[in-house]
Amino acid sequence: MSILVNKSTRVVVQGITGKEGSFHATQCKAYGTQIVAGVTPGKAGQEVEGIPVFNTVREAVKKTEATTSLIFVPPQFAADAILEAADAGIWLVICITEGIPVNEMVRVKRALASTQTRFIGPNCPGIITADECKIGIMPGFIHKKGKVGVISRSGTLTYEAVNQLTNLGLGETTCVGIGGDPIIGTGYIDLLQMFEQDDETEAVVMIGEIGGDAEEKAAAFIKKEMSKPVIGFIAGITAPPGRRMGHAGAIITGGKGTATEKMAALEAAGVRVVKNPAEIGETVKLALG
Amino acid sequence: MNIHEFQAKQLFAQFGIPVPKGKEIKNARAAEKWAEALETPVYVVKAQIHAGGRGKAGGVKITKNKEEVPGLAQELLGKTLVTHQTGPKGRKVRRLLIEEGAGIAKELYLSLLIDRDTGCPTFIASTEGGMEIEEVAEKTPEKVIKETIDPAVGFQAYNGRNLAFALGLPTLEKAVVNSFIHMLGNLYRLFMEKDASMVEINPLVITTDKTLIALDGKVSFDDNALFKHPDIQAFRDLHEEEPLEVEAGKHNLNYVKLDGDIGCMVNGAGLAMATMDLIKLAGAEPANFLDVGGGATKETVAAGFRILLKDKKVKGIFINIFGGIVRCERIANGVIEASKEVGIKLPVVVRLQGTNAEEGRKLLQESGLKVEVATDLWEAAQKIVAMRGKKKKSS
Repeated sequence: MSILVNKSTRVVVQGITGKEGSFHATQCKAYGTQIVAGVTPGKAGQEVEGIPVFNTVREAVKKTEATTSLIFVPPQFAADAILEAADAGIWLVICITEGIPVNEMVRVKRALASTQTRFIGPNCPGIITADECKIGIMPGFIHKKGKVGVISRSGTLTYEAVNQLTNLGLGETTCVGIGGDPIIGTGYIDLLQMFEQDDETEAVVMIGEIGGDAEEKAAAFIKKEMSKPVIGFIAGITAPPGRRMGHAGAIITGGKGTATEKMAALEAAGVRVVKNPAEIGETVKLALG
Repeated sequence: MNIHEFQAKQLFAQFGIPVPKGKEIKNARAAEKWAEALETPVYVVKAQIHAGGRGKAGGVKITKNKEEVPGLAQELLGKTLVTHQTGPKGRKVRRLLIEEGAGIAKELYLSLLIDRDTGCPTFIASTEGGMEIEEVAEKTPEKVIKETIDPAVGFQAYNGRNLAFALGLPTLEKAVVNSFIHMLGNLYRLFMEKDASMVEINPLVITTDKTLIALDGKVSFDDNALFKHPDIQAFRDLHEEEPLEVEAGKHNLNYVKLDGDIGCMVNGAGLAMATMDLIKLAGAEPANFLDVGGGATKETVAAGFRILLKDKKVKGIFINIFGGIVRCERIANGVIEASKEVGIKLPVVVRLQGTNAEEGRKLLQESGLKVEVATDLWEAAQKIVAMRGKKKKSS
């Protein structure tokens, strides 16, 4: 088992004829993902590495029964693309795009609340179920089917953790990048719940960072609902207040959202908090005994 | 992006939010002329820097005497203000706002921002105006009032009534209730139309003649939306930014200057923060946050190097790359070329992992450059911290 996506997931790539879109669609397909369609308005009839291109998501869904969308369109068009996917009945929308204006995401999030669509991102590396399907920009080769679920606000830091898990022979079930923006679709809690219910997942790694209070909220959930071990890392203990650290959401405001606070909340909830990012894998191994 | 108070007040005026009559002033002569034209019982001379706490730091002067205005302006211009938000170096005052004073009956607090939990624009108000809202939230949380706006329909009059009654405004001053609600609508419009990330009016004043006026104004904007707003871009003041950060921005690099002595160059924001934390764990302090991005090229690495080297505090450089899409051998080539071009005399540790890491490491080892090449993250961090120490002792 795994969560959200597996080898039978049918994926449409929005923005497939762009540089990023075509490169990653090809990479995902090579990993074994069923990339069944692409969408670029005005380019229907073309193919990208054998993947048929459609003008609209609605048409792509009708012809290929895609249920999941992977979005690469530039930030100024991304909000529109997300809403288009939801309107076409896409069940899971994953948006990689970085730099979408926050106020646009506010409207998108509000609109998605009245649909059945689950949204992941934006500004995230995507989702991968090891050895089954890769729907995102992460390097596939570092992943190996195993027993650890990963949830993260970061990209390369997740690869770092995954690499450690793989090298120690623990492997992963599904890894989800939830994104580094202040407004994101799916947060920690929904995913923790899914991992708790997933038979194959034996432990969960959550990688957080400064800004907001999503980690504190997750801690409360873990304390009440999680029986599986959770291992946490929070980036940004050296980050100065009031400064945005690369990710739009990584900022300490009004003294709130510090790494110290988050670590304390997680520790109090029974999470094994790792201080040294080089020791994430080892800590999971210890937790699993 | 942050803007000055006088700019915030210009925007407020544009959106029908009442502000004192005032003007941006850059020298004493202009101050004299403006004081003449303003003709008011009380003159307020305010230093314009992008930091709070100006009043306590002596950056705000008040006088009833028109003749004193140019002197006060002269005194503030060129002065370096140190507030709790500027850091010990302080900020040099280059501009002033000179405006009419207001008769204050009551000070309120009002702000609007996006609440990250609900994902909705949210007003925050309090009767404890003039104080920092964080302090109010800590000491008297019941005095912090929140009103969430549904972004699908926007601000409604009932949102305004909820806030007005919760603040006890009808008891405080009945005459301003309607203008308060109207003002909230205008503030919401400004926020959404201009893609602000935060608008704060502290204090919002009920005057002795029963009107409302924004006595201070602080607005910041969503950098990702600036492309839509050339008028807001024009408000940018490069003097208020760290020069190295401005330069990094020109190369599309994400750089934040810190106070330590280990320069860090990393791909990805999360890993860049984790790398800084690791340096601290290894016993030193990071000199900066630098994310060269997922698509790092030779050019970006070279630009990154130049910026790190301009920080004279830097005694060692730690390059930490996890190759995903960006291949390690490309980074290695970038490091080699940039080192030759820039001429690096400081110790450098390069840690490569991920896509084509081995090729990258080999390239670096065979380049003849004096760089330490590493695979293990923790080992690499300890190495650069130790090398910096050695260099210090021998010199």
